[in-house]
Amino acid sequence: MEEEMHTDAKIRAESGTGSSPRGPGCSLRHFACEQNLLSRPDGSASFLQGVAEKSRERLIRNTCEAVVLGTLHPRTSITVVLQVVSDAGSLLACCLNAACMALVDAGVPMRALFCGVTCALDSDGTLVLDPTSKQEKEARAVLTFALDSVERKLLMSSTKGLYSDTELQQCLAAAQAASQHVFRFYRESLQRRYSKS
Amino acid sequence: MKETPLSNCERRFLLRAIEEKKRLDGRQTYDYRNIRISFGTDYGCCIVELGKTRVLGQVSCELVSPKLNRATEGILFFNLELSQMAAPAFEPGRQSDLLVKLNRLLERCLRNSKCIDTESLCVVAGEKVWQIRVDLHLLNHDGNIIDAASIAAIVALCHFRRPDVSVQGDEVTLYTPEERDPVPLSIHHMPICVSFAFFQQGTYLLVDPNEREERVMDGLLVIAMNKHREICTIQSSGGIMLLKDQVLRCSKIAGVKVAEITELILKALENDQKVRKEGGKFGFAESIANQRITAFKMEKAPIDTSDVEEKAEEIIAEAEPPSEVVSTPVLWTPGTAQIGEGVENSWGDLEDSEKEDDEGGGDQAIILDSIKMDTGVEVSDIGSQEMGFHHVGQTGLEFLTSDAPIILSDSEEEEMIILEPDKNPKKIRTQTTSAKQEKAPSKKPVKRRKKKRAAN
Repeated sequence: MEEEMHTDAKIRAESGTGSSPRGPGCSLRHFACEQNLLSRPDGSASFLQGVAEKSRERLIRNTCEAVVLGTLHPRTSITVVLQVVSDAGSLLACCLNAACMALVDAGVPMRALFCGVTCALDSDGTLVLDPTSKQEKEARAVLTFALDSVERKLLMSSTKGLYSDTELQQCLAAAQAASQHVFRFYRESLQRRYSKS
Repeated sequence: MKETPLSNCERRFLLRAIEEKKRLDGRQTYDYRNIRISFGTDYGCCIVELGKTRVLGQVSCELVSPKLNRATEGILFFNLELSQMAAPAFEPGRQSDLLVKLNRLLERCLRNSKCIDTESLCVVAGEKVWQIRVDLHLLNHDGNIIDAASIAAIVALCHFRRPDVSVQGDEVTLYTPEERDPVPLSIHHMPICVSFAFFQQGTYLLVDPNEREERVMDGLLVIAMNKHREICTIQSSGGIMLLKDQVLRCSKIAGVKVAEITELILKALENDQKVRKEGGKFGFAESIANQRITAFKMEKAPIDTSDVEEKAEEIIAEAEPPSEVVSTPVLWTPGTAQIGEGVENSWGDLEDSEKEDDEGGGDQAIILDSIKMDTGVEVSDIGSQEMGFHHVGQTGLEFLTSDAPIILSDSEEEEMIILEPDKNPKKIRTQTTSAKQEKAPSKKPVKRRKKKRAAN
């Protein structure tokens, strides 16, 4: 009577080259993704992006619960399994992206797509998007946001460190700008995937 | 999740096909599936794909004290995990048999064969040695986990570089990767497992069974061998009875296969080494095949954040002003901070009433403080006497509060203490300092109450 759907995402959070210093402007690192790479689960995606374990799980779960249309699948358990292949910074954001792509690959109905973006504020107050591990460690504050695709609204935020409310709004605005880019990436990769019917 | 059962007709189909020397994926009896090895950006990280079976291998190292009976040898630790994404049946609590079997086989293959020189891992005899930890995660299960896992383990070990250490007399210097290039491990030989599946009581044999074939097989023979044709481990499970020449034939086949696989591994390692040396791009990002329709890449992209500040200011201007800040946190020492000065307890209120009553009932005492500040709402005693208190002594009811009704629950305590704050919170807070002195004397009656409880 009960069904279970398995949605598994393999995340590879690493950038293509070694650690390269980021220029003054904000930029997102190189992205790559692969879908449907595992044969056993219903859907799978691998997302590369240039102890917290439990709290991270909880954050991802809450974000997924907010967008997945659970009422269309009563008495169903949707399991999202995430495996970190390597961590080069912005791990939570990469996990969120991978989870979203895996849910799409599995065909789970959702009310919106979501993406994760991480900002780091260093001691001068400079905003860096998609920080590397080194930048995250030296930052004064690291903020991760989950944004939805329909209206760029905020689904989840997880922050660590000290920042003013002006800085918070600035980071949020920057994350919204970055999320445009991520959603374009989703769209193009899905278009490519389904281009041959 | 329970594994979907294999239907009888599928089972019969598979067995009949095997009898006719046909395999579902078109392979020959002794053919392996395609092996693909890709490396990550860190040394010691690799993913091995054997057909659709995928294993992720990670090697890490740490300096620890050696085992007491092996003071000059490093420590090797192997761990294979069956991730839940590999197969629906692999739930966290449910996989013990298979997991134990696989782990044991891997350990015998890699540890007992002494493929890694553990003496070279010793830094200071008896004090510091390297502990090498190999973590394998099964990402997708399409049969023959053990072969894929053994390949992943040995590839990861060959790829790994540990930090350089130098010992001068009593001084040990550990160099970071930036100071001195990390050093590869000293590996004598590469043992690789080859699996043979037997059907129809040993009549038919298949090399590298996939998941369907594994489900219908009678037994499994695993031979771990290196390219010098030395057998490192051999294991037969499933209760099949094999003849001596069958086993010998299998070992010959294994020898051929291992030679091919070892060559593939060495080529992959060499390629990766070359790419790293030339400064090209390496890592999993590069190994995603571009031509595949399911893969997509996007280069580094700049984001225009110039209007971020204006947007932020607009939002803040339109937003409500922030609520008033109560007090700034006081940092006592790193890691501990305090906001505010703590909540006032109102034992002080009872000073007068306590003097009149010697004994109270329970010894609920000091939980009060945290609940006190809930205003004057009546609190009914739920029998566990943990809510607000109102003192009910033997001498009779005492109304501390002016108007609040007393609620007596039918608890078994002869006497109950129900206390309610009669002053409003603001006032109490300002009386903090003065009440602190009153706190001390109030402790005595508490003690007495406790004794009474014990007597009860």
